Amino acid sequence: MSAPHIDETLQVTPLHALHIELGAKMVPFAGYDMPVQYKDGVLAEHLHTRTAAGLFDVSHMGQAWIEGPDFETVAKALETLVPGDILGLAPGAIRYTLLLNDKGGIRDDLMVTWPAEPARANSIFIIVNAACKEADFAHIAANLPAGISLKPIADRALIALQGPKAVEVFARFAPAAAEMIFMTAKAIDVAGIPCLVSRSGYTGEDGYEISVPEKDAVALTKKLLGEPEVKPIGLGARDSLRLEAGLCLYGHDIDETTTPIEAALGWVIGKRRREEANFPGAKIILDQIANGVTRKRVGLLPEGKAPAREGTEIVGGDKIIGTITSGGYGPSVAGPIAMGYVATDFSKVGTDVELMVRGKGRPAKVVAMPFTEKRFHKTK
Amino acid sequence: MSEIRFTDQHEWVRVDGDVATVGITDYAQEQLGDVVYVELPEVGKSIAAGEEAAVVESVKAASEVYAPVSGDVVEVNADLEAAPGGVNEDAMGKGWFVKLKLSDKSELSKLMDEEAYKSFVEGLA
Repeated sequence: MSAPHIDETLQVTPLHALHIELGAKMVPFAGYDMPVQYKDGVLAEHLHTRTAAGLFDVSHMGQAWIEGPDFETVAKALETLVPGDILGLAPGAIRYTLLLNDKGGIRDDLMVTWPAEPARANSIFIIVNAACKEADFAHIAANLPAGISLKPIADRALIALQGPKAVEVFARFAPAAAEMIFMTAKAIDVAGIPCLVSRSGYTGEDGYEISVPEKDAVALTKKLLGEPEVKPIGLGARDSLRLEAGLCLYGHDIDETTTPIEAALGWVIGKRRREEANFPGAKIILDQIANGVTRKRVGLLPEGKAPAREGTEIVGGDKIIGTITSGGYGPSVAGPIAMGYVATDFSKVGTDVELMVRGKGRPAKVVAMPFTEKRFHKTK
Repeated sequence: MSEIRFTDQHEWVRVDGDVATVGITDYAQEQLGDVVYVELPEVGKSIAAGEEAAVVESVKAASEVYAPVSGDVVEVNADLEAAPGGVNEDAMGKGWFVKLKLSDKSELSKLMDEEAYKSFVEGLA
């Protein structure tokens, strides 16, 4: 247990001093000194995001442009590394996709946007995980043909505003953002600051992720925090919110050893991409689609009150049939929740299993995810 | 007259006669954050000093509560099972975990008194 500190070997985001000023408890995360919680604590921050609006600093994540002569050329180049239909993106659309290795394992998960603005028509905007960003950027850059380049964006912060009040609050600074539908992006002035605004998130709530010039990040964050509905939210609640929403955390629920099919992320593979079978690991992945997999990622609801954490063994029919990859307490569920991989025979919703917590088998059920209702803005 | 002692793992033990009440300190509850689950031992169980007496879990992580002294469990704080947040509200009082019937009172002398624990915590900052 340690007190707030600044570790000189850690990187900081443009909002670092503001986190300290707001009383955050700072922890090392993916090489950055990040707020795990503020004064209200993880529980209150989680519930606040579900009922009002939470503001998150996610500037540690990796933002980059992939630029080329035109969108089609850039999209085709990126498609050699991911299984998503990038070529089919409409202007301003965002797609969740995966960087795959040759065995079909997941190198990272990422957001891919084709900006609608004519000035950016030849570019694709990507956001990758903090812990993977250097490896991702090197991998992508090394695999792009001549004439297409990856340009990491080091001079922009990334903040997220999430929750049922996020749209109403954000409209006070950027009225045009209220019209956006989920998984679209737009270059908008927010309180006079030029931002790239995505209607997306990692909480299961409606809201925005805002790429903002580094020099304006503190001013914009303070403006949003000045609204009565908005509170700062740390990484602790970010994790419990995404777990309730059934969303994967890279390095835990998905990694180089899990395929999209095992991870129940088969929906990311575009129909055309299946037919073309030209993404990394396509042979293995298409075989898994056709013939099934030996294990699958599922939601797990413990029947008692004891949380079952990452690494907990899952027992079915007196045998170890899997492992929990994310588990804890869901503040909105008001009880323990988990996800993990189980042998396919045990992956059906409603299957009874046992979770080995502190040497004792505790009953749990395989359940559908999300654990809480998603509230995305899908239509105008 | 009761006396209170502390461990360097941030447990406290308050002794009345031959019964020791055990909990975690205010510093510990603050470090843990919101407590969402507490697992308590069976009444009658013998626990040696330094062994796990209970488990306390926050949203993020599970931590063991170690017995500061050896003894048999004579009572557990069942209120915490329904309302684990009691640990955050009153760690040094109503948020106690277990009562042990002391088997070796001399173990208490190895633990810190209030003043020693206070300076120990200050040294952690």
